[in-house]
Amino acid sequence: MTAVIEWRAVAPVLLVLIAAVLGILVEAVVPVVHRFFAQVFLTVASIVAAAAFLVANWRKGIGGPVVMGSMMLDGPTYFIWGSLLVFGLAAILVFAERELNGGVSTFAASAATVPGSRAEAEASAARLEHTEVFPLALFALGGMMVFPASADLITMFVALEVFSLPLYLMCGMARRRRLLSQEAALKYFLLGAFSSAFFLFGVALLYGYAGSFELSAIATAVQNPTMGHGILVAGMALVGVGLLFKVSVVPFHNWTPDVYMGAPTPVTGFMAICTKLAAVGATMRVFYVALGGERWSWQPLLAVLVVATMVVGAVWGLTQTDIKRTLAYSSIAHAGFIMTAVVGASAGTVTSPLDSVASVMFYLVVYGLASVGAFAVITLVRTQSGEANAIASWSGLARKSPLLAGIFALFMLSFTGIPLTGGFIGKWAVFAAAWRGGYDWLVIAAVLLSLVAAVFYMRIIVVMFFGEPADGVVVGRASAFTWLPIAVAALGVAVLGVFPGPVLDLATLAGTFIR
Amino acid sequence: MIDQYLYLAVILFVIGAIGVMVRRNALVAFMSVELMLNAANLALVAFAWHHASFDGQVATFFVMVVAAAEVVVGLAIIVSIYKTRRSTSVDNANLLNQ
Repeated sequence: MTAVIEWRAVAPVLLVLIAAVLGILVEAVVPVVHRFFAQVFLTVASIVAAAAFLVANWRKGIGGPVVMGSMMLDGPTYFIWGSLLVFGLAAILVFAERELNGGVSTFAASAATVPGSRAEAEASAARLEHTEVFPLALFALGGMMVFPASADLITMFVALEVFSLPLYLMCGMARRRRLLSQEAALKYFLLGAFSSAFFLFGVALLYGYAGSFELSAIATAVQNPTMGHGILVAGMALVGVGLLFKVSVVPFHNWTPDVYMGAPTPVTGFMAICTKLAAVGATMRVFYVALGGERWSWQPLLAVLVVATMVVGAVWGLTQTDIKRTLAYSSIAHAGFIMTAVVGASAGTVTSPLDSVASVMFYLVVYGLASVGAFAVITLVRTQSGEANAIASWSGLARKSPLLAGIFALFMLSFTGIPLTGGFIGKWAVFAAAWRGGYDWLVIAAVLLSLVAAVFYMRIIVVMFFGEPADGVVVGRASAFTWLPIAVAALGVAVLGVFPGPVLDLATLAGTFIR
Repeated sequence: MIDQYLYLAVILFVIGAIGVMVRRNALVAFMSVELMLNAANLALVAFAWHHASFDGQVATFFVMVVAAAEVVVGLAIIVSIYKTRRSTSVDNANLLNQ
């Protein structure tokens, strides 16, 4: 068998990964003074070029299995790749912000030095920067693109690690509060490695069941079993653990609050949306394409987990005092809302063509816009010593900067799902898909719990607009690297609330997975 | 025959999983994760032999390379934590829960 690689079809992924490798080379050969600019330029250029190739390929109708059947280029893949590139670019732009920190990036001067040591002070005084975060982010982005596009489980496992490993490192690279950052990295790493071991053992069992790693072959084996049903169920459960960990579904959500809080805020923003996009995409592909025939055994169990996820996200979110931690619980709650449509597994009809896959993808877009924007805003609210993440210090923000508080309130309203924001259309779409799939009780639970979650979003808005201004907290002066993503996100949330049509059409057009 | 290999793989996997949950030392927990990966490798090779296909054997090489990459990243994180705190106990890493 000769190896055939459709270079053009996979060009978007390759461009991102090649730029990541070139970024490592930049570290080695480009003088320090030019390095930051070179890395930012390489990153932005590669993502834009990848997006251009993606659009050109889409218009030309390139699709189907590529790279000898290890990746599937179907509608959802195109849609998720497009969203990943857009949100990845927006989140990585925030990485490049230097004005806020007095001319250096928000990442550790030298991550290898011990916090509080003389070496660290010297590295800070020398104004060192870790420009390696840009190649790391590109590696992660490349892995995230392969993950939901994989047509076989080994490709999926490798992609899982390719995007996870750089994220573990990026989590530990904060310039300030480095102990928390390192601790977040350790927790994320140990739990992530643990969950991917579960994923891999599940892959081994599914391989044993079907005799092949290909998702389509597993689907065939589910229809015409040659092995015991127990192996299938065990494999399905273990693969599910690995996937749901990345989506942060209860009971595999424990890492989320700690990691979101400890990681540098731009990295949190990157993880919040891009990891979720990749993980939800891959979860749908595995459960619909390979295990669609076993739907009756996974739907009820997943429905229970989804309810638990929404409860934990909404109720625990109420008790938080840290803004990043609150948004972490919010992300858990949203994982639950997204998964309601996944559980529903409804196919579109002629009158309402929005199926589960399309509605989930639309939801991810509006959730992503609000997330990228919200975490970028969080980087701006500061004290002398860095970000002010306690909700108490956000008090009276509207009097210091009405614009910033207004934009943040818009994101909170979109998270809540208030009409005329994108979040409302997103919630309506996923709940409708779940309802049509026959999970009406799940939809009712989801609506009630989104009311509970609304309380903590509203609390933040009330604190910002009606609280007494907190002492010593200012809105930092930032460059366009932070303001551009915020502006685009705010505009997107508002526009999608009023004219959701084009993106909804695009999501519907992207349609369902090819087996 | 396949059953025995599979039982061994499951036993190794469970030992690894218990190790991660019970042991407090980050290094030992990480070693337990590696044991789980190797249990999966054993299952893959056993199934490859059962199905008389090479896919499973090739997959183990991918897993080994991934495991090696994971060691690089993992040890970097654990060593940096150790240098900061003079301890690799996961119980001491509890600043985020306060």
